[in-house]
Amino acid sequence: MERTYEEINDKLKAGKAVVLTADDFVAKAEREGLKEAFREVDVVTTGTFAPMCSSGVFLNFGHSSPRIKMQRVWLDDIPAYTGLAAVDAYLGATELPEDDPLNSKHPGEFRRGGGHVIEDLVAGRPVRLRATAYGTDCYPRREIDTIITLQDINEAILFNPRNGYQNYNCAVNLGSRTIYTYMGVLKPNLGNAHYSTSGQLSPLLKDPYFRTIGVGTRIFLGGGIGYVAWHGTQHFPSMPKGPDGRELGGAGGTLAVIGDLKQMSPRWLVGASFAGYGATLNVGLGVPIPLLNEEVARYAAVSNADLFAQIVDYSEAYPNRVPGNLGYVSYAELMSGEIAINGRRVPTAPLSSVPRAREIAATLRDWMNEGRFLLTRPVQLLPGPGEAPAAKTLKA
Amino acid sequence: MREDGWSQMPTRRFVLRFGAAIADKPVIYRLVKDYDLVVNILRANVSPQKEGTMVLAVTGDRCDDGVAYLKGRGVEVQPLDQAIRRADYRCTMCGACTAVCPTGALRIERPSMKVVFDQDQCVVCQICTLACPVRAMEVNF
Repeated sequence: MERTYEEINDKLKAGKAVVLTADDFVAKAEREGLKEAFREVDVVTTGTFAPMCSSGVFLNFGHSSPRIKMQRVWLDDIPAYTGLAAVDAYLGATELPEDDPLNSKHPGEFRRGGGHVIEDLVAGRPVRLRATAYGTDCYPRREIDTIITLQDINEAILFNPRNGYQNYNCAVNLGSRTIYTYMGVLKPNLGNAHYSTSGQLSPLLKDPYFRTIGVGTRIFLGGGIGYVAWHGTQHFPSMPKGPDGRELGGAGGTLAVIGDLKQMSPRWLVGASFAGYGATLNVGLGVPIPLLNEEVARYAAVSNADLFAQIVDYSEAYPNRVPGNLGYVSYAELMSGEIAINGRRVPTAPLSSVPRAREIAATLRDWMNEGRFLLTRPVQLLPGPGEAPAAKTLKA
Repeated sequence: MREDGWSQMPTRRFVLRFGAAIADKPVIYRLVKDYDLVVNILRANVSPQKEGTMVLAVTGDRCDDGVAYLKGRGVEVQPLDQAIRRADYRCTMCGACTAVCPTGALRIERPSMKVVFDQDQCVVCQICTLACPVRAMEVNF
């Protein structure tokens, strides 16, 4: 049996499609078998809510009288990139105020960055816009200092060049001092282990060969409707296998996503600070997986017990790019709260919110059941394992 | 607990802040000796000639008198349940605070995977305020 996008959309419009969250589909497949689950279910919804540093927003502020070219722009004292046309700028989630103390007193707090300004904008809160320029015949003004809100400006287009990481390391610290990383505070001597995916709910873990996700896939983004724009930067999809040939779950794939910030919500775009590391943005992302055939359904049904993260030491191996890992651990084990590494019991904690991921998958399901969200057939599928160029190393 | 009667009495927990001038005075001894209180020091950072803090659990009938004595000696006394709070509207239930919390006051409930904050187990170490990416944990000193 096969299904087409058109057939599923017709059923969605008629209110007759069966849409389940990934959690519910996993449970159904375990209970009733894959064949039966696939026969009954048309779409599986996924979700993830986690820090995604490669996020940001293109802004167009509108023109003042007289006009200014805006060669330099600051939003609440955080610089935005302006190497674009007049009054366009890109504010990145990890950008920091120019006077931020950074890590001069380690660990730095990084209380506020571009991600926090994006959260303020999407919440409708006023943001100070300051700009300077050199003055031209057509753009004579040299400076402006004003207050904007999201409603006041022409466009705000969230464009995140690397989101939705398919899988991520389980980070530990083999060293003898506490370290402050983008994976959180890691206590010495295997004091804790941090991981950051929503496991069986995570979008790219449920379509590891990219049979359904591609350019133009309509998604839940930041509480609004967005699209997959392209593969993300550092998209190096692979399917690691255990010694017995068993698939351990996809790894390395990423998404570039785009959407209208004006539709989004501060519940799903939340500024974040990692002590000693920097500022970023928590992004809520959900992708529908149409069950086109049983193969797609089989991957959508993979559970936390069959999805694995590699354990990596962040005191030495990660920063110095020492190859190898400390083994693989399943998301079922990670989510249990404790894992064993080198015979030691190590408490685990996530950086990715499972309750919020569940909420996203359920919201997307509800949108589809209400006929508010139809599937799009990708213009072009993203490259899967073996189809993308390998990662390059930068010579120092 | 010394005898059965003690276990019936409520235990109250406080954050104490000592100025440099009294950091070397045996004020906790006085709570035991003069006010007949059972004290349990949960956390302390007190050095001579320096400002210090202590998290103290106190059990006994004359708890209020003991607190009044401490205040009279210039110790700032704050009930512990006011010291660390979670701004629930900020918390995204990610869990980044749960493995670094030394007492399990912040922990993940299963299978909901929601993060619960049990103030009774908090010892005001403040590691969570650093570990929380959305700054949901607030210190009210």
